[in-house]
Amino acid sequence: MILSYRRSREGGNPASSARAKRDSRFRGSDGLALAVGFLLATPAFAQSSLPPARYAYTQLENPRQEAKAKALMETLRCLVCQGQSIADSDAEMAGDMRAFVRESIKEGKNPGQIRQWLIERYGAWISYEPPVEPLTWPLWAAPLLLLAGGAWLARGRFKRRRA
Amino acid sequence: MRRTILWLPLGLFLLFVIMVIAQLRHGEDNNIPSQMIGKKMPQFALRPIVPGHAGLSLADLETGRPLLVNVFASWCVPCRAEAPQLLELKRRGVPIEGIAVRDRTEDLQPFLAQSGDPFDRIGSDPQSRVQFDLGSSGVPESYIIDGKSVIRLQHIGDIRPEDVDAIFRAWEAAK
Repeated sequence: MILSYRRSREGGNPASSARAKRDSRFRGSDGLALAVGFLLATPAFAQSSLPPARYAYTQLENPRQEAKAKALMETLRCLVCQGQSIADSDAEMAGDMRAFVRESIKEGKNPGQIRQWLIERYGAWISYEPPVEPLTWPLWAAPLLLLAGGAWLARGRFKRRRA
Repeated sequence: MRRTILWLPLGLFLLFVIMVIAQLRHGEDNNIPSQMIGKKMPQFALRPIVPGHAGLSLADLETGRPLLVNVFASWCVPCRAEAPQLLELKRRGVPIEGIAVRDRTEDLQPFLAQSGDPFDRIGSDPQSRVQFDLGSSGVPESYIIDGKSVIRLQHIGDIRPEDVDAIFRAWEAAK
């Protein structure tokens, strides 16, 4: 039953384990076997047994560095939860990435370098601050185009009222 | 002109509906492919984690022979499911090195005893650092690396029986 999620991947994301439980299909007849199974089973989507990395849940000693790290973490996407930033996520991998960000900042790297390093590995996808490139220009141009369109419409209205 | 413009909102709405339907039919694809394919593995050195297996470092990927690097963990259920496929690849002659993510010796030993042990070396990656180096976003993942540590193929998720041939061919092509 659990092995039917073979495509699914581990990331220690609590939401995914809840979804997996909801999706599973049980046959009513073997309720007892199931109950026994639950008693014997270890959690299928268990997180690893290692404690979180040192800087996963601990702030940097230097408040200025911590502020930098925090701002960066809020704009990096969690790889296993995909809707959250690593600052918001409790997934283990997000914790490891927070530790990575904090340690890199502590070593004196600047946030832009760290973001670039991650983009080189995961693509612009990982950053919540999309770069200006051919694929994303509508994203940046749309507000300006909408404003221009609005001004054009408003102009039409003002003209009519004067007439 | 005025008439046609009145239809514009409806047209935009229909376009939106079509996009929603297209995305729903397209299905969910949450895989984030690594950008490192075709590039050299960065410098890394991982400590050993189980007796009988040396640790793994970049130098082990630059010996001139292509190999498969499997990113896995004893706490990962799909990793258990792909173990027979790894053994099959091993049987066909593919050298397999392991990177154990956030793992402990006392958990990994029974895992290898139960699921089989296709690995030559196993490096321990307790804070997912080499995973970040690889552009890997979860376990399990498998990489075909050529003899000069260039990443040739990334397989995301567990290796299923139907994937074995393609991975074997990628390994042969990396020679």
